[in-house]
Amino acid sequence: MIDEFLTIFLDGAIYASWLFIVALGLTFVFGVLKILNIAHGGIYALGAYSTATLVPIFYSLGMPDQLVIVTMLISALAVAIVITPIMERGILRRFYGQDEVLIVLVTYAIYLVLEDVQKIIWGMNSLYVSEPRELLGALEFGSLYYVGYDLALIGLAIFCGLFLWLVLNKTKSGKIVLAVIHNPEISGCMGVNINKVYLAAFFVGAFLAALAGSFTAPLISVQVGISVAVVIESFAVVIIGGLGSIPGAVIGALIIGMARAACVHKLPEAEIFIMYFCMAGMLIFRPKGLFQGAQARKI
Amino acid sequence: MPLKLLNNVFFQSIFLMSLLVVVGIFIPNWLVFVITKAIAYGLVGLGIITLMRGGLVSFGQGFVFGIGGYTAGLLGTQAGLTDAVLLLFISFIFTGFVGLIIAPLLARYRDIFFAMLSLAFSMVLYGILIKIDAIGGSDGFVLPESTYFGIKPSKEYADYILYVVSVIMTGIVSILLRYYYDSTPGLIALAVRENELRVEYLGSSAFNVTVLNFTIAAGLGGMGGALNGIALGHIDPEFTYWTTSGEFVFISILAGYLSVPAVFLAALLLELVRSFSGRYFPDTWQLILGVFLILSIIFIPSGIGSFFKQLFDKLKNK
Repeated sequence: MIDEFLTIFLDGAIYASWLFIVALGLTFVFGVLKILNIAHGGIYALGAYSTATLVPIFYSLGMPDQLVIVTMLISALAVAIVITPIMERGILRRFYGQDEVLIVLVTYAIYLVLEDVQKIIWGMNSLYVSEPRELLGALEFGSLYYVGYDLALIGLAIFCGLFLWLVLNKTKSGKIVLAVIHNPEISGCMGVNINKVYLAAFFVGAFLAALAGSFTAPLISVQVGISVAVVIESFAVVIIGGLGSIPGAVIGALIIGMARAACVHKLPEAEIFIMYFCMAGMLIFRPKGLFQGAQARKI
Repeated sequence: MPLKLLNNVFFQSIFLMSLLVVVGIFIPNWLVFVITKAIAYGLVGLGIITLMRGGLVSFGQGFVFGIGGYTAGLLGTQAGLTDAVLLLFISFIFTGFVGLIIAPLLARYRDIFFAMLSLAFSMVLYGILIKIDAIGGSDGFVLPESTYFGIKPSKEYADYILYVVSVIMTGIVSILLRYYYDSTPGLIALAVRENELRVEYLGSSAFNVTVLNFTIAAGLGGMGGALNGIALGHIDPEFTYWTTSGEFVFISILAGYLSVPAVFLAALLLELVRSFSGRYFPDTWQLILGVFLILSIIFIPSGIGSFFKQLFDKLKNK
């Protein structure tokens, strides 16, 4: 009984951490740029693919095993560096200030393009990089065994969330970003270079997506179609938590992560749509998500 | 006088319908099929347009598309009902009814929240459909061949006859919709789009208009789903998947909310791009579709319909 509870809790926590890293980028980008980015899932997949490509190269160089984490970070960074100028400067900038739904559609189009880009670059075969997962050994909880790498993901999620929150609230550049979130026009008048803030924010979002992808790569087989589930699940998280809210993303990821883990163990039939139930249920009681403040209405 | 006639919705539609029916005889079979599918998608797009007039965009029209398709399919396989006209009509009514039931739940939401909640509905349905093995699970099932008023057409004419039926039924629906758009609730929807609060202060209910629009959109989506299922001869849960819903949104954005025929033109464009890229670039058709989407949003952000409207306004002023 206690074992089962612990299993659900740990599985849920691991799943929630993964979900949180993806959703954090999504919700941050929405907060700053007011763009709900469907292509976020595509960036996630690119992160996974680039890790699956770079890590075997790293091992063939014969460097110390621990440095593989650095390789994974670099691969996520590389994806963000390549994708940000193309997406933000190249395409999305043309649509700022337009209807939200129109921009969602544009990112949907980018998502479609990214899907095929993956196929063109990496082909249809599955890639495997399970080596980093063995790096941290296994941990024992009573009668349960957990892979250390999986549990380390929880730490990574907490680090990402705290780091972003601290940068936003405790540093000058973070406060500038908050000002831009609050009112881009006034911030612009005060001398903030809004385009630069947008670019940086999008970069952070893309990096978080790619990071989630690259650290998930050792857990899964990297193949065509891994981005589809990510899109919808991270959407559900940010909708539950309230768009643009970091604490909201934490709660949303935890709710969905735990609900999903409970379902897997107790009611496997419902696994596929449990998160939609969570999302619909939350919206019925809090139409704008958990952490969305009151907004002035224009009469 | 002729100009006045030219501006009459009824006349325009009859003219377009007869033109399409005649043209259908001369074009190759694959194009007939593509146009039929475009009409099916256009019907769903028309539903989104109806919502868009009230300022809402649904990202989950796959929900009603799927319900319509499965209604027609299950009536065909389980109840032995194969009359295409009847199936389309029943799907329209039934899905509209389902829409009426869930509309009050959705009508409280706006913008992206409406889009996401409707998406949640469609994905729940998707999750359920792929789990029910009795109706094929994720493989779906095959529909029996359609009949028309008791007659089963031979294989070579079946596509054309379905095409004619869909052109006529869609024509009728389009005429009715045009009248609805210009009626009092139809015009209130436009006001809701501009400023909901003022509409409420003036004594109309934005909620009621939204419920009505959603119900109509659901019925249209159901009819489109049924038509798509009948045309393909096959139904699967992919009908309700979010990428399918995304295509519907694209059709309505490309068309804009001003014109009814523009929706079908947009749907046809999408179908043509899809079939051509699927044929010549089978591995990268999504890439081509995506680039097409981006370019069309960049170059015609207000939709094909705005061209039409300008054209007709010029005609009227002459």
